[in-house]
Amino acid sequence: MTRPTPETLAHRATPATVAAAVNSTSATVAPVATSGAGALVRSLEALGVEVVFGIPGGAILPAYDPLFDSKVRHILVRHEQGAGHAATGYAQATGRVGVCIATSGPGATNLVTPIADAYMDSVPIVAITGQVSRSFIGTDAFQEADIQGITLPITKHNFLVQTPEELPRILAEAFHLASTGRPGPVLVDIPKDVLQAQTAFQWPPTLDLPGYRPTLHPHGKQIREAARLIAAAKRPVLYVGGGVHKAGATDGLRKLAELTGIPVVTTLMGIGAFPDSHPQHLGMPGMHGTVPAVYAMQKSDLLITLGARFDDRVTGQLDSFAPDAKIVHADIDPAEIGKNRHADVPIVGDARHVIDELIAAVSSTAGGTEQYAAWWATLNDIRERYPLGYEEPTDGTLAPQYVIERLGEIVGPDAIYCAGVGQHQMWASQFIKYEKPGTWLNSGGAGTMGYAVPAAMGAKVAAPDTTVWAIDGDGCFQMTNQELATCALEGIPVKVAVINNGNLGMVRQWQTLFYDGRYSNTELGTHKHRIPDFVKLAEALGCVGLRCESKDDVDKVIKQAMEINDAPVVIDFTVGKDAMVWPMVAAGTSNDEIMFARDVRPTFEEDDL
Amino acid sequence: MTTKHTLSVLVENKPGVLARVSGLFSRRSFNIDSLAVGETENPDVSRITIVVDAESSPLEQVTKQLNKLVNVLKIVELDPAQSVQRELLLVKVRADRAQRSQVLETVELFRARVIDVAPDTLTIEATGNPDKLDALLRDLEPYGIKEMVQSGLVAIGRGSRSITTGPALRAA
Repeated sequence: MTRPTPETLAHRATPATVAAAVNSTSATVAPVATSGAGALVRSLEALGVEVVFGIPGGAILPAYDPLFDSKVRHILVRHEQGAGHAATGYAQATGRVGVCIATSGPGATNLVTPIADAYMDSVPIVAITGQVSRSFIGTDAFQEADIQGITLPITKHNFLVQTPEELPRILAEAFHLASTGRPGPVLVDIPKDVLQAQTAFQWPPTLDLPGYRPTLHPHGKQIREAARLIAAAKRPVLYVGGGVHKAGATDGLRKLAELTGIPVVTTLMGIGAFPDSHPQHLGMPGMHGTVPAVYAMQKSDLLITLGARFDDRVTGQLDSFAPDAKIVHADIDPAEIGKNRHADVPIVGDARHVIDELIAAVSSTAGGTEQYAAWWATLNDIRERYPLGYEEPTDGTLAPQYVIERLGEIVGPDAIYCAGVGQHQMWASQFIKYEKPGTWLNSGGAGTMGYAVPAAMGAKVAAPDTTVWAIDGDGCFQMTNQELATCALEGIPVKVAVINNGNLGMVRQWQTLFYDGRYSNTELGTHKHRIPDFVKLAEALGCVGLRCESKDDVDKVIKQAMEINDAPVVIDFTVGKDAMVWPMVAAGTSNDEIMFARDVRPTFEEDDL
Repeated sequence: MTTKHTLSVLVENKPGVLARVSGLFSRRSFNIDSLAVGETENPDVSRITIVVDAESSPLEQVTKQLNKLVNVLKIVELDPAQSVQRELLLVKVRADRAQRSQVLETVELFRARVIDVAPDTLTIEATGNPDKLDALLRDLEPYGIKEMVQSGLVAIGRGSRSITTGPALRAA
């Protein structure tokens, strides 16, 4: 096996050299003759794109010729899904637009999952797809798929480019749409003959989006009304979602929380928006949230909702969710307000502006935690009695929670953690302490197994000096691990902790709890037969493969992985299959039915309040 | 109270916009009772008139979702009392010699028009609000309706105000 040497990797453009190049080209460009493909690549350069993830193919091929000479770094992935999630990871780590490229037909349809994923989690990505030539559209031509039609419901907007002249404008519009308002994926489908045709490239274009006017500044009357409710509340909770990250409002959130003394819960997408170590942080609410976070919302008389959307995984049975709470709901997307839960005070606006204006509006009445002494006494008692925890397995197996807990402790809060979907994701959300925004990446809304490895790749490209860990399950890992070959060859040393319990763990947990332990099709054979052998697989993909099977080795192996920085590392943590994620609110039941552990219901004193 | 609402949706006159609008309704589980689309006085702007059957809170949700479509410029709900609402009906009615004069009497009564004549049928054109057209059809039914086709409803506000002016539409 020959991995690329540091010398061969060094010729690649760094973000700094790219940025310098971009600054020189983003200035006004008088019309110059070029092809549609040339206009595409020059537009990407002018838009400040440093890196794109993609795979060439017939219809997109003309674009790859000017790309060959461009300062834009193209990372050749192994599957288009990897390109899409990498763009997402890149965007989530930097807040900038991630870009992926695929050819027509199957290339484009392979992007559907990551586009849907980015849509659900409001991630700014632009997907560029080749399309068959204009004269072939609608004829069932080779590698033709109506990707614009297919992605209508899962993009913020999409375009089918009709002429080469409109390429710069459409790309500028795509980046503008993706990154402003409520961010989201935008797809630009470009017929091959449009890429080949001659045109005159000119920059900057004039955007033509008369129907797009996101509201950033909240209405003063609503802010005053929210402040009035906050002043009157006895049991308020700040319910914080991913919108606070996207608005870059985490500093303001902390100021607001400390000023008012109100307890904070952060949703799965909101993790990192408020330091886990902060005494006012109650943890994550919802299906696998902490007992204090779930309890606080259920008993609350005012939810101050910031960039969160009353997702079913947070509310449980909607009718019995936070029954006594008045709702202040601030979101940049007016359609989220009142969608699932009536808002007493609807606030449309960017979370940063909303929080800043709330701080100003409450500063005269806010009295810190003292103001809510009774509320805090109750919450602290619940927090004391029902902390996050897990039981050591009695069968001698390694506890997955222990592995993840130690990983977080050894690696620390400066790293980026990127989880797949399932039990390992929930444990990673629970047992790693996140102190900073942008350090926790996961597929929250869509729940896309296979997200972790390519997203970690994208994050590592975005933040090459930051340690990036993918925490993956053995099921998830088998969906997208081919991108480790990309990582090995492109010099992207991500680290992967495979929490290998030999099963589709979360499904198995539901089978244990709701299907009498009938384990239909959840055994993967990665324990019983060691197929695949993840260490050998890692090595085959150009990574360092390590294995850890006992508690005593956990620290040693993690430290060993931390010392390897010239290649991707995969650790196969062989863990017990019977560990379960607790606490849990069973799907469709009320949050009042939260289980602290199997057959253990928390007891709440009625006179607690 | 009726749960039928008439929405006038001004959109950019671009390919695929109708699919975006109608797709959104089915995706979010809303039923469209009727839909009509055509250009406005500004060729860059099309107007889609949608009659939707929904309670007020889901209606608000679908309106907000529609507003998120980048090609949608403006949405106005038209109050039936403050607007003129019309549908077009073409209906082929059995009308032999014996029945013909009675059918023509009905046509007269509803201020409809005969647009095609065959030995045993008359084809009638009528415009009106949905209630009037329902009444006409009820009267024609006994003679035997051989075929009918109906347009979607179009509607426009009463008075001198126009919904197609305003800052949102200038750029389009």
